Amino acid sequence: MMRHNRIAGLPVHLVLLLAALLSVGPFYWMFVGATRTSGEIFSTPPNWLPGSNFGTNFANLEAGIGFSGVLVNSLIITTLYTIFSVIICSMAGYAFAKFQFKGRNVLFFALLVAIMIPYQVTLIPLFQLMAKWGWLNTYQAVILPNLAHPFGIFLMRQNMQAIPNELLEAARVEGSGEWRIFTSIVLPVMRPALAALAIFMFMFQWNNFVWPLLVMNSSDMYTLPVALSSLIGLSRIDYGQVMMGTLLSTLPILVLFLFLQRQFVAGLLGGSVKG
Amino acid sequence: MKPILAETSLGKPQQRRRWRSDRAFPYLLIAPAILLFALFTLYPIIESLLLSFQVREEGQYVYAGLANYERLLQDPLFWTSLQNTFTILIIQVPMMLMIAMILASLLQSALVRMKAVYRIALFLPTVTALVASSIVFKTILDENNGIANYVLSWFGIAPVAWLADPFWAKAALILVITWRWVGYNMIIFIAGLQNIPRELYEASSLDGAGPIKQFFAITMPQMRPLILFAFVLSTIGTLQLFDESFILTKGGPDNATMTITLYLYQNGFKYFDFGYASAIAYVLVLLIGGLSYLQMKWAGDDK
Repeated sequence: MMRHNRIAGLPVHLVLLLAALLSVGPFYWMFVGATRTSGEIFSTPPNWLPGSNFGTNFANLEAGIGFSGVLVNSLIITTLYTIFSVIICSMAGYAFAKFQFKGRNVLFFALLVAIMIPYQVTLIPLFQLMAKWGWLNTYQAVILPNLAHPFGIFLMRQNMQAIPNELLEAARVEGSGEWRIFTSIVLPVMRPALAALAIFMFMFQWNNFVWPLLVMNSSDMYTLPVALSSLIGLSRIDYGQVMMGTLLSTLPILVLFLFLQRQFVAGLLGGSVKG
Repeated sequence: MKPILAETSLGKPQQRRRWRSDRAFPYLLIAPAILLFALFTLYPIIESLLLSFQVREEGQYVYAGLANYERLLQDPLFWTSLQNTFTILIIQVPMMLMIAMILASLLQSALVRMKAVYRIALFLPTVTALVASSIVFKTILDENNGIANYVLSWFGIAPVAWLADPFWAKAALILVITWRWVGYNMIIFIAGLQNIPRELYEASSLDGAGPIKQFFAITMPQMRPLILFAFVLSTIGTLQLFDESFILTKGGPDNATMTITLYLYQNGFKYFDFGYASAIAYVLVLLIGGLSYLQMKWAGDDK
């Protein structure tokens, strides 16, 4: 029996191994590229192993797009966005999950419709609004428009419905104020869901491309994806430098993922499946 | 006597104030979200609908009825972008979901060890920026010196013009999207597979059903809602395709990878024709709404 299993398992293993290799390969290639010159990246036969151009690529990247400044932009925008969107979405989600109030059903319906509407529809009026307010090339132009993320609110509502009403009632009987109940009972209970939401928001904003591309036109305000795409747009592309930028912008999220896998999966699958 | 008096005289209004602030509490909770939502989502949705009925004349936007939509119908490049997006969609979504399903089933099989490692490896692409993954694939898929063609040459396959040939450029996009999203859908499917009662398989094993038969008789029907969910999500995602074609091919060669969103972007932010671009956006709304509705209906009716 054992022997039979092993033989049957061989093709299964081969398929999985090949899939895993194809999946991870590009990450390895990104790393190799970051350590090589543009010419070395495109040579036949390929250079499969890391080279020695790491330092030069980094220096070129810093000179080319002002990498440290771009990194700071991405960090500030993503951090502020994550903090405020989690606060706003959890507040709204709590209201939808645990309170009866006038207009609740209409608002919730609007929320569901908003989830279905593609972001492309809002791009042009939003851009005009930002231009009118003089907000082009500002952090708030990237941070504010997506703060009340419909999906985030929905996710929080779904999770908060699971909080037992008795828990909230008991706190009310004891005389706790509603804000106190929210901050010292609801939010601590919701910690896993909040972590999942925070990761979802962090990833969304860290990788966000179209919107920052539109509102950040001055190179000192670029975020990482916009800066990388500007390098690709040049007539002579230094791929060593580009791969270095790609590696450095991917690394933070990769490290975060390896440490917080469970929360990542929960955040990305967003309540759709209870796994 | 005095303290009691003080308590009653102070206590009542306080209680009333408290009651009133409790009534207001849910509104306070949603106020920031509503405010932001109204300003940055609702207003743009309405404004772009109005814009889609306007054309620019001497720097001013004036209402022109369905002019933009009529122009869309006669715009060959718009039809090309629709056709490209749907070609990619029709091949990419079923292929990706099939691969995801196969991988999920294999990972569920009792034979495999190190499941966690495989899961991580296959999920990894999902966390990367589309811009980053597109850039890496731009080097991998280089016609003359990319590693993809080099590896293919081991099997005697002539160099493929991944990014320069209209057919292969679409194939390249399909490849990159599939690479990015297979793991995501696989995890969804794994979660679903774990929820199928073991007894179903045990009972059918007693009836002499093999793994293949079980897959079609038990797994697929049980997974139906989840497959539909993944199908709708992937369809919506692919209909909005932008980053990959923007980085990899810029819509080329010969507009072979011009997608709906890329065409919208060009009209809005290269030619600054906001009315026309808004009309494209609303066609996308209709397509997404219509397709999602059809997919749900198709799945509902069949039950």
